[in-house]
Amino acid sequence: MRVWLIVLAMGAATYGMRLSVLALVHHSRLPRTLREALRFVTPAVLAAIILPAILYSGGSHSFDATPGNERILAVAVAAGAALLARNVWLTIGAGMVTLWLLQWGAG
Amino acid sequence: MQGASRRSEFLAGVRAQLPLLLGVTPFGLAYGAYAVNSGLASGLAQAMSVIVFGGASQFVGTRLIAEGVPAAVIVLSVALVNARHALYSASLAPFLDHLGRRWRWLLAYLLTDEAYAVVIARYQRDGSTRFGHWFFFGTGVALWVSWQASTAVGVAVGASVPASWSLDFALPLTFTAILMPMLVDRPAGAAAMAAAVVAVAGFRWPYGSGLIAAAALGMAAGMLTERLARTTRSERSAETS
Repeated sequence: MRVWLIVLAMGAATYGMRLSVLALVHHSRLPRTLREALRFVTPAVLAAIILPAILYSGGSHSFDATPGNERILAVAVAAGAALLARNVWLTIGAGMVTLWLLQWGAG
Repeated sequence: MQGASRRSEFLAGVRAQLPLLLGVTPFGLAYGAYAVNSGLASGLAQAMSVIVFGGASQFVGTRLIAEGVPAAVIVLSVALVNARHALYSASLAPFLDHLGRRWRWLLAYLLTDEAYAVVIARYQRDGSTRFGHWFFFGTGVALWVSWQASTAVGVAVGASVPASWSLDFALPLTFTAILMPMLVDRPAGAAAMAAAVVAVAGFRWPYGSGLIAAAALGMAAGMLTERLARTTRSERSAETS
């Protein structure tokens, strides 16, 4: 029973974050500087999710920024594909195939 | 957009979410397997996917429950891990201003990293359209269904896709596809750069605080770059006049 209450509270905390400015406080009441800065949320958060997923990969999630980390080249290829083709499937395909080829070559 | 209907917006949202499901499905399987292997009852493991609906925070919550950490610490940790959702909420709010309360409460429940990335990219391109909220709804439903289904399979089978398939890489790749076109704007590029450096440095900070610090410093870097550009521009125009 206790764990169910914990999970409910976890859900309430998460929902509260999601509701905050969408439903609880109107965005016009946020400080002006913060409102202007909000347009940088997307590039900041996406980059902050992408980079660690590349540099801390592998089973032990240890830091690896050497050329031996196949994900670095794979994401570079994907980034190039994203700029040239502007297509999500092509970007994923380019990155995954590069990674698999490099892993297959190394293994 | 001409001729867009509720239905076409909904389906466009589902389609936009499909590439992300490539990475989300193995993640859901892994969560389901991890939860039952950590000793959570199957019903509770599944309920967490419905009640919390947030990948990384469910792993954190499961681990802390299994370790017998005090309830207040668990809830606070999950709140911190999901604090970035408040930023998403603020960032999307201006586009959803016109909606009634029921829609806003529904869409808030469906607000995740994956939905946010797809929806904000669309809204920044097309602005606030008449049925644009149906796009958000379609994206959210697609993600929700696949998250519940993959959790259920992970719970039932107790095993996940082998790590050697590297399917977890699909998620950063999809985000790369969304991020790259944004970087042509110099302040946005500065925001991404600063955030990436902080996120890598703070990867092991507790409760996802590295990610929050990265978002905050990235936003600050973007603002600063924009202000500097503005001052140089006005100085230049002052010289020429």
